[in-house]
Amino acid sequence: MISLQNIEKVYRTDTIQTLALNRINLEVEKGEFLSIMGPSGCGKSTLLNIIGLLDLPSKGSINIDAQPTGNLSDKQLARLRNQKLGFIFQSYHLINDLQVLDNVELPLLYRDTTAKERRQLATAALEKVGLSNRVKHFPSQLSGGQRQRVAIARAIVGKPEIILADEPTGNLDSAMGNEIMDILLQLNREDGTTIVMVTHDPNMAEKTHRLVRLFDGSQVQ
Amino acid sequence: MLKNYFKIAIAVLRRRKFFTFISLFGISFTLTILMVLTAFIDKVGNSKYPDKNRDRSLYIVQLEERGEKNGYTSRGPSSYYFLNKYAGSLKTPVKVGISSMFNFSSAYVNDKKIAINFKYTNADYWDIAEYDFLEGKPFSKVQVDQAAKVAVISEDTRTAYFGANQHALGKYVEVDNIRYKVVGVVKNVPITMFTFYGDMYLPYTLSKEDYRSKALGGSYTAVLMAASASDVPKMAAEYATAVSKIKVESKDYDKLYSFADPYFTGFVRIVLGRGSDSGITTFYLGLFIFVVLFLMLPAINLVNVNITRIMERSSEIGVRKAFGASSKTLVYQFVVENIILTLLGGVIGIGFSLLAIAFVNASNVIPNLELTLNYLVLLYSLVVCLFFGLLSGVYPAWRMSRLNVVTALKAR
Repeated sequence: MISLQNIEKVYRTDTIQTLALNRINLEVEKGEFLSIMGPSGCGKSTLLNIIGLLDLPSKGSINIDAQPTGNLSDKQLARLRNQKLGFIFQSYHLINDLQVLDNVELPLLYRDTTAKERRQLATAALEKVGLSNRVKHFPSQLSGGQRQRVAIARAIVGKPEIILADEPTGNLDSAMGNEIMDILLQLNREDGTTIVMVTHDPNMAEKTHRLVRLFDGSQVQ
Repeated sequence: MLKNYFKIAIAVLRRRKFFTFISLFGISFTLTILMVLTAFIDKVGNSKYPDKNRDRSLYIVQLEERGEKNGYTSRGPSSYYFLNKYAGSLKTPVKVGISSMFNFSSAYVNDKKIAINFKYTNADYWDIAEYDFLEGKPFSKVQVDQAAKVAVISEDTRTAYFGANQHALGKYVEVDNIRYKVVGVVKNVPITMFTFYGDMYLPYTLSKEDYRSKALGGSYTAVLMAASASDVPKMAAEYATAVSKIKVESKDYDKLYSFADPYFTGFVRIVLGRGSDSGITTFYLGLFIFVVLFLMLPAINLVNVNITRIMERSSEIGVRKAFGASSKTLVYQFVVENIILTLLGGVIGIGFSLLAIAFVNASNVIPNLELTLNYLVLLYSLVVCLFFGLLSGVYPAWRMSRLNVVTALKAR
């Protein structure tokens, strides 16, 4: 489903050059739940951003669903992200000016859908994460756990085949973290969604199918 | 999609109230000034008292003589002789009113000095200009021909010379040691109507300047009145033909330019006219540039405010991009938001303009001046506002849309 070949990422400033990722090769199968662990600054998030086509590698290639992505235009990349990928961020990144339902509808705005269809799909996604009673709320009126559930609803509303989660439980206490993890596991199990999750928490990583460890930009496991 | 943009635009406007205020203030204030200014120009340019036959009149306000060899140019009003000979002999005009520019003089009443601007006219002048007579009537052709010492005075002059609520008809006004018998009193004319303004009107035959002198330049202007508005182009052409036949007999000059213009063109020709160019194109171009520059101020302000405003939303930009918005879609979104803001400013500006105009009218800052909103200018201003709204939105939106997603997301 996801194939990375010899991925390198180098950050350059005027004086120094930092190798954030070093020759990463990774294959993620369809329906797999993979977790990436490693100390802070080891390149986990950079790797996830590259998989998510949010950042470009300095070297190497990425195929998503067997499609090479190296030569795609801004518009084509946007389309691919919209169709195939869903993102969950540690700090939720909800739009505070929009109500919960409008936040969840967001990915569908960039597809050919009617307002009615968007409303139906967003409501269904919110039901799935147990927040159908909060559609008219603004993000600031929700708890951290609820916000992350809205973010998950937003990630799954377009029924993407891949979900990329960057420390989705990082800002939550363990009870809420477990709730979020249960939702992700359920999505993976019942819908067959491929999930790649960056985490610091070994307990969370344990629940996934496979663990990849990074250290100083290199894959060590 | 648009509904969604509208929702977020309103939410953002409400969130940053100070920025919103600055932006809206900039747009609406500029629009208000522009509207009041044009209402003023409109009033001055289109005021019809006593020039009520303007639609069928043409004005000869300037005579230009040029010497191509020596580079001499002389520009100014014409002589009575010139206007009488070349305009007075035309067939199309039913009347040719000739009057001098106003001259300054003083009268004394009880040792008090009264400034009097007086003007010499012919008899036809009174048939073209429809003054409202409070007393008496204009002087007649016979009185003009006899060089009778008679005068038509303005309401203000009557008050200043004879006192408030006093009749003046048949009484005498002494100016420069000459006594004139008052035959009429007219309602005041604002000084902006320079062809018709005066405190006192006298027969041209009383003029110290010899009206029989054959010099072409002098201190007179003429108003030609056709039988109907449809005859005006014919009248202009006839005058142009007459002028083209004039042989310039002067050692300094070899070319002569004089035109029968519509009122406003004549006005502009005095300031900007050169040779056969009335300057009207230059005037409109200048006006256009001024308006554009004037509107650019809030536009530049908007660009700055928008950059800050959009910068604050980098997290939103990141999220939208992550979930499939292309740079182009984001530019579109921000531009739409900006147009909503600009239109809102436009609507508030119209409200302010109406209030300002009502205030100016009620306060009577300029006596007898009733301003009204010029709807055509309003329409143009709104279009220009919209255009600048678009411009001021595109640049910040373009800059922001190029933000790297990861950087945008980290900026929170």
